[in-house]
Amino acid sequence: MKNLDYQQIDPQALATPTPTPPPRPLPEHKPRRARRKWEVFPGKNRFCCDGRVIVARQCGVLPLTLGLIVLTSGLFFIFDCPFLVEHLTGCIPVIGGVLFVFVIISLLQTSFTDPGILPRATPEEAADIEKQIDNPTGSSSSYRPPPRTKEVVINQQVVKLKYCFTCKIFRPPRTSHCSLCDNCVERFDHHCPWVGNCVGKRNYRFFYTFIVSLSFLTAFIFGCVTTHLALRSQGGNGLVFALQASPASALELVVCFFSVWSILGLSGFHTYLVATNLTTNEDIKGSWSGKSGNEDVGNPYSYNSITKNCCSVLCGPMPPSLIDRRGFVPSDDSVQTSPVEIELSAAKNDTNMVGRAVTSG
Amino acid sequence: MSSPFHNLQELRHSASLANKVFIQRDYTDGTVCKFQTKFPSELDSRIERTLFEDTVKTLNNYYAEAEKIGGQSYLEGCLACLTVYLIFLCIETRYEKVLKKISRYIQEQNEKVYAPRGLLITDPIERGMRVIEISVYEDRGSSGSSSGSSTTSSSGR
Repeated sequence: MKNLDYQQIDPQALATPTPTPPPRPLPEHKPRRARRKWEVFPGKNRFCCDGRVIVARQCGVLPLTLGLIVLTSGLFFIFDCPFLVEHLTGCIPVIGGVLFVFVIISLLQTSFTDPGILPRATPEEAADIEKQIDNPTGSSSSYRPPPRTKEVVINQQVVKLKYCFTCKIFRPPRTSHCSLCDNCVERFDHHCPWVGNCVGKRNYRFFYTFIVSLSFLTAFIFGCVTTHLALRSQGGNGLVFALQASPASALELVVCFFSVWSILGLSGFHTYLVATNLTTNEDIKGSWSGKSGNEDVGNPYSYNSITKNCCSVLCGPMPPSLIDRRGFVPSDDSVQTSPVEIELSAAKNDTNMVGRAVTSG
Repeated sequence: MSSPFHNLQELRHSASLANKVFIQRDYTDGTVCKFQTKFPSELDSRIERTLFEDTVKTLNNYYAEAEKIGGQSYLEGCLACLTVYLIFLCIETRYEKVLKKISRYIQEQNEKVYAPRGLLITDPIERGMRVIEISVYEDRGSSGSSSGSSTTSSSGR
């Protein structure tokens, strides 16, 4: 007869319950993996490569910009360069190549660099600022108080610092809140849809390099294509024959003709802004030109010397990114301290009891 | 009696956070990074005014050094422009080097000056360079129990 093999239930085992997970005062034992700060970033940005690359949520027409540049330059190298190298000089593709590399690299840097985003205030900071702001009307919670401003004197000019309701900070001078990216950006210039990112303190020099090198590239391609077509139509052949022989040149001509004016214009405008140490935002609003009715205001940030302005904007020190995208989200301090406090205060009570026992005994 | 907090670890584990004091930026010199040296009233009983002012002034000097526009920054800028700014991916900029010095200075100040007084400075870079956050800690137990524990240790021997 087979022994009925069954397991005797051990009442002892039943009495002691299955070991419950011990209370976890230290957050290192949390089963959730530590998250990087970019994963909890409150603004409207997208991140790639585990936080190394930042773009605005609406990348705008960046693919179009890249596509146009690559297509036009590609057609130039394939169809125009061989003819020009044969008839003119071999330097042409070299110069074109260098300009093309400058344009693409500076475009990618403008699009993928943090423009100078200011991180939002921590709850304690926001509470501290709220305490300091005087609210004499004592309004109810449903009514939004009037915009809060703080005045500061910079270089004998009165500058108003506005309070940002989204980021809960008083914006530093020259900082503006971009509604598309939902971030406050330092030295905010403008939000450029062509590069799909804001242009601010940290990426203005990349943007400037991009538009200047693009205007050189566009003008260079335009000139070379015109020369190519002119050379082909020599000898009584005519322009139509030249266009039929090299149809890609016609496309390049059209693209370059329409873009060279706007890009050259933009480069000229930004060169003026760099020389006077202004931002597009300030120029449009007329903050320092007296348009808004202020008498005799000047730009307090300008060094009053073109060279010094240019050098400080383009060759100044590169500030670090303030948002620390790849840092880890810290464990909540207030959650951590209370269980630890309870443990230690219990320990202290034990010590006191022991102490009293010893001294009384 | 020895100071209640000998190191930062002890401070964080045996004291509770009572308050946070924020030192705001001083924008009178423009957009350069500079903090106000005005002594906050909440720290009146915790630390001497001169020590606090020395710390803030040293930090301001470090930031001024990082943002200084001069020969070295022009050289760095021109070199960066020639390499289409790819050099920023390879080398550490002067600003980053100074930020490391600042972080070491704050660590040293916390250990020597602030932690023994139950205070802790947070590096401004962790707060977006907007404020210097000073955490004020209170000893969890009252003064009575702490003296009780010291007598037990002496009588226990």
